[in-house]
Amino acid sequence: MISRIAVYQKVPDTRAKSRQKSFQNFPFYKKIKSVDLADIYTIEKILSSEQLKKIGFTLINPVTEGSKIRIISSGSENTLFVNLEHNLKVNFNWAIEIGFLPGVTDNIGKTTRTGIEDHLKLKFDFEEDVYSSQVTFISGALSKSEIKQIAAGMYNPLIQRAHIYDKKDFVSEGKNLFLVPKVSITGAQKVLDVDLNVSDEELAKIGKEGIMGPDGKPRGPLALGLDYMHAIQNYFKSKKRNPTDIELETLAQTWSEHCKHTIFAGPLDDIQEGLFKRYIKGATEKIRKLRGKDDFCVSVFKDNSGAIEFDENFLVTHKVETHNTPSALDPFGGSITGIVGVNRDALGFGLGAKPIFNTYGFCFADPDDNRLIYRDFQKTQAMLLPKRIMEGVIAGVNAGGNQSGIPTPMGFLYFDGRYKGKPLVFCGTVGLIPKKSAGRKSWEKKAKPGDYVIMMGGKVGLDGIHGATFSSESLHSGSPSTAVQIGDPITQKKFSDAIVKEARDLGLYNSITDNGGGGLSSSVGEMAKESGGVIVNLEKVPLKYPGLDPWQIWISESQERMNLAVPKTKWKKFEQLMKSRGVGAWNIGEFTKSGKCLIKYSGKTILDLDLDFLHEGLPKRVQRSAYRVGNFEEPELKQEKDLTKDFANMLGRLNICSYDFLSTQYDHTVQGTAVTYPLQGRGRVNSEAVVVKPVYKSNRGLVLSQGYFPGYSEIDAYKMAAASVDAAFKNAVIAGANPEKIALLDNFCWPSGDDPVRLDQLKKTCEGVYDLSVAYLSPLISGKDSMFNDFKGFDDKGKPVKISVPPTLLITSLGIVDNVENAVTIDAKFPGDLIYVLGETSGELGGSEYYSMLGYEGNRIPEVDPYKNYNLYKNYTKAVEKGLIASAIGINRGGLAVALAKMSMSGILGASVNLKRLPGKFSSDSEALFSESTGRILLTIDPKKKKEFEKLFEEKLSLFKGVAFAEIGKVTNDMSIKATSINNTIVINILVQKALETYRRRFEKW
Amino acid sequence: MVKPKVLILSGYGLNCEEEEAFAFELAGGESRIVHINDLIDKKVKISDYQILVFPGGFSFGDDTGSGKAYANRIRDHLWEEVKKFVSEDKLMVGFCNGFQIMANLGLVPALDGKIGERQVALQYNKNSRYINRWVDLEVSGRKTPWLLGIDKFSCPIAHGEGRFYTDPETLIKINERGLAVLKYYEGEICKYQNIEPNPNGSLESIAGIVDETGKIFGLMPHPERALFFNQRPDAPLLKEKYKREGVKIPKEGPGMQIFKNGIAYFK
Repeated sequence: MISRIAVYQKVPDTRAKSRQKSFQNFPFYKKIKSVDLADIYTIEKILSSEQLKKIGFTLINPVTEGSKIRIISSGSENTLFVNLEHNLKVNFNWAIEIGFLPGVTDNIGKTTRTGIEDHLKLKFDFEEDVYSSQVTFISGALSKSEIKQIAAGMYNPLIQRAHIYDKKDFVSEGKNLFLVPKVSITGAQKVLDVDLNVSDEELAKIGKEGIMGPDGKPRGPLALGLDYMHAIQNYFKSKKRNPTDIELETLAQTWSEHCKHTIFAGPLDDIQEGLFKRYIKGATEKIRKLRGKDDFCVSVFKDNSGAIEFDENFLVTHKVETHNTPSALDPFGGSITGIVGVNRDALGFGLGAKPIFNTYGFCFADPDDNRLIYRDFQKTQAMLLPKRIMEGVIAGVNAGGNQSGIPTPMGFLYFDGRYKGKPLVFCGTVGLIPKKSAGRKSWEKKAKPGDYVIMMGGKVGLDGIHGATFSSESLHSGSPSTAVQIGDPITQKKFSDAIVKEARDLGLYNSITDNGGGGLSSSVGEMAKESGGVIVNLEKVPLKYPGLDPWQIWISESQERMNLAVPKTKWKKFEQLMKSRGVGAWNIGEFTKSGKCLIKYSGKTILDLDLDFLHEGLPKRVQRSAYRVGNFEEPELKQEKDLTKDFANMLGRLNICSYDFLSTQYDHTVQGTAVTYPLQGRGRVNSEAVVVKPVYKSNRGLVLSQGYFPGYSEIDAYKMAAASVDAAFKNAVIAGANPEKIALLDNFCWPSGDDPVRLDQLKKTCEGVYDLSVAYLSPLISGKDSMFNDFKGFDDKGKPVKISVPPTLLITSLGIVDNVENAVTIDAKFPGDLIYVLGETSGELGGSEYYSMLGYEGNRIPEVDPYKNYNLYKNYTKAVEKGLIASAIGINRGGLAVALAKMSMSGILGASVNLKRLPGKFSSDSEALFSESTGRILLTIDPKKKKEFEKLFEEKLSLFKGVAFAEIGKVTNDMSIKATSINNTIVINILVQKALETYRRRFEKW
Repeated sequence: MVKPKVLILSGYGLNCEEEEAFAFELAGGESRIVHINDLIDKKVKISDYQILVFPGGFSFGDDTGSGKAYANRIRDHLWEEVKKFVSEDKLMVGFCNGFQIMANLGLVPALDGKIGERQVALQYNKNSRYINRWVDLEVSGRKTPWLLGIDKFSCPIAHGEGRFYTDPETLIKINERGLAVLKYYEGEICKYQNIEPNPNGSLESIAGIVDETGKIFGLMPHPERALFFNQRPDAPLLKEKYKREGVKIPKEGPGMQIFKNGIAYFK
């Protein structure tokens, strides 16, 4: 029996208004008279009319809503009304119903089902469920093809389906019933042997396309190269048998680029130990040695997150992940899974850290780019347009972060046409964990032989099958849509609370880890290393729906799961606690010391792999890099008399302008820890660093910032890396971090990770990261790489295209603020305050935002003199400690011009500066204003503090050269930003209000 | 002096319980966070407490409408205990999602003694999007212990469904009886940031209401996120000003007094 409960709004619904507004770009928009919505709950279960009426009542607030219930059982139909007139009046010509495809996570459906079970004291069985959908009613004389266009913009065919009804159809819903999206799979639930005694050609084919299924079609990519297939072939030869499908799938997951990071770990040219060991881990090891007793690293590069000491009682952890490919296909699902997934890197750190704030970074193509690209030559599989991707990604992090109750104060948007094929979606989570938990060191964990293998959180479906192997390949037309998942923040919030607020400090488990990429195969496989072996009973893994093959259960990436090692004596108590918190926890096996990973299913052993082979058996690959000179045309700039127009245009650039619409929709005050905000000053200007106070009773704070310059990568990857580290470090210092207590994270998103030129850029980038982090004594504590961010497909004329992201390095800084009272914001405070620039300006416009605006690339990109810069930052910090800084901002993307504008706009105060006074070597006003030279800070001080301030910078430290600085002007109350040129003329003159308008215009309507 | 006991609910996606517990502790109370299932399982009794708090958060992900699912769980399992609590000389407050839950339980405004009848709604914001910013609030209407001595204050809001709505007759009664005790208005923060006073399109700018006793209080804003002076958006400017004027920089934030008032009622 199927029942459809439709909830109607009896008073105007703002969601409907927003939806109507979202149609405004259609040429036929004016024909739309009105839009209304109804939320639909389709219930498959035998229920009485009384029961349905009760359910209908729980789903509404009678003040504003009513529900209409249609009962459709075999042969008969019946309609009930709750708090609604029987002749419901909704004006419409068309109705578009959008619901999920079978098997896609339906959080609303799940909540409704739980609510019904609770309210009516009954249970849904395996074949019964609740499904949510939504109907949009549109009134107006639109044609069917116009309605189809509207519908196409409202749903994503990879995860949803749309059904269009005209009025007649809808009224007689019965004959055109929107069917129940029930999963029906006919897996044989059998295990296949895979014959590896085949030709190399066959072997390579299996590695590329996957194991042949019983239907004669390959099951999806294993992403195993021929060298890996040979190693596997040899292993099973020595065992005198063929592998089972689940064994081969497990090896594919475990050896994937996504899990093993073979490009970073493997030898490259003469670097036998690989890039990671030499440059990333190498930098941190060197820094820790150099810092000696001041080492503040506690756990680096070995856990789900990296951790540093926060104070005598707490550690803070941080991890940044990317979720690029899924976000290209389903932007909302991809990004919500990204943010909720990286939360588990905090929960999975040590014995479990509490997520205390999120960071983000999104790289998109211009949202106004409307040219379609396709995955296939026939042009049937269009990629989503940049605007759709952007909207979806933003909404996904909104839902994931806000619903989890984790503040998301810090992040950036960056735009470049080369992100059109794959957007980059960086999601990070900072965690907090007491050093001691139940008498144990909280950052250490170890599954012991005899401990139960516990899976907790959500059940397993087909979600994300081949996610890990798939993201190791570039996006093409064969990419499976099962790679798409949708996060469920509330399921995770429930177990997150149960772990970090209860189970952890009761000492109920010995180890915990995230169950993410590669699913159980990867996470259980990893944990087995701790004890030395594992045995799993696969039938004990709970399923969302019947019919899954064993290999699918084992590698599924169904979200919101953690694995724990629970001692036998504590399992009862653990299980009881989870039950009382509404959290699922299942005992699926036992850790052993057998040296093997074993899986049983239906009484048979279906997987039997030596742990050594599983984890260390993959052959090393030889990688070679090749240098390509990045040489671009060097533009000749005219000496412009008036740069006001350029100045204003810069403020409206996608990479400079305000994204306040995003900052205000991401909760940044939850947990009550915010100190300085993402939008600062009277003018609410986006800042590049925020300060938070994570422990209520302590005045110690954390600062977070980010550095990224993909625009420099093709010119000189080393300098790009140096500038990125410098910016992330500097921004943290400016906001109030102690320069001796800043840790860094590195995230690499690369194109074509097997291309020698790209590998050379990667190597240079690593060198830059190494040199700068060592110079700043700022250790790298965690990182991640994603090496194949390419799109191969066809443009709208059917011409093959390859779109590769620019080599993108994100450096994230996590710094400690000794006293949050010293936090610094960017807004100019009072007229008459003196404006200073610290650091030198050079004519370094190569790769700059200014050149980009003018259509140039150039070659002269900023260089970093780390020792000079570090000395400057130390001096600046002294000024902060003495309370001398009224406001400060880093001179970053867009140069002095943009920094000055932001300072002035955020304070809603004028500013007048003289470029002649600016320290450094430059030859034009454009260079003075727009050069992105590193190591510079723009700041204001109380004029009464001039002497005291300047004295700080005149004291020369014996080890370092003095700091270049100059007073370049004043904060004014004439409400305009003015700059005097190097030739003593006025080169910029613009009203602050006008500047703000330009700065805010780009995303005003978002 | 025995500290008043404050019970703060948790579970199923509520998420502001820790900061609210801390706020009541700071105000001199004894806070205890209790998972709703521990109340249902009778491990903890509501009647042992003087203040009951429905905290902010995202219970059940706002699925099927904010506050509905959590309210249903209370109505199905704890309704008698909650009704008894309301009938005693005790205090109850719901912030944000807590207010949405209380509205769906019919605990506020509960006009004419109709406890349990839903009389108001908190609908999608006027831009139908989640919003986090500061607001200014003005106190009016009948006396409530929660707002004693407060004329106006500022603190953050953070919600997707906070647009207060009720039918015209109910609105008249609410106004006549002075139950709309908290309204958005253009105060110092709105002027400072040049932002509109009513952030979500609430009817008559209503941000919070009480029941007819004044002891049961539901509000969309989050005063627990404004316990300290340095959390004000204009704190950097004010700090600089005070420093130059030689004035001592305050510690306490504008949201603190509500929690002090709650505790003071029992002292």
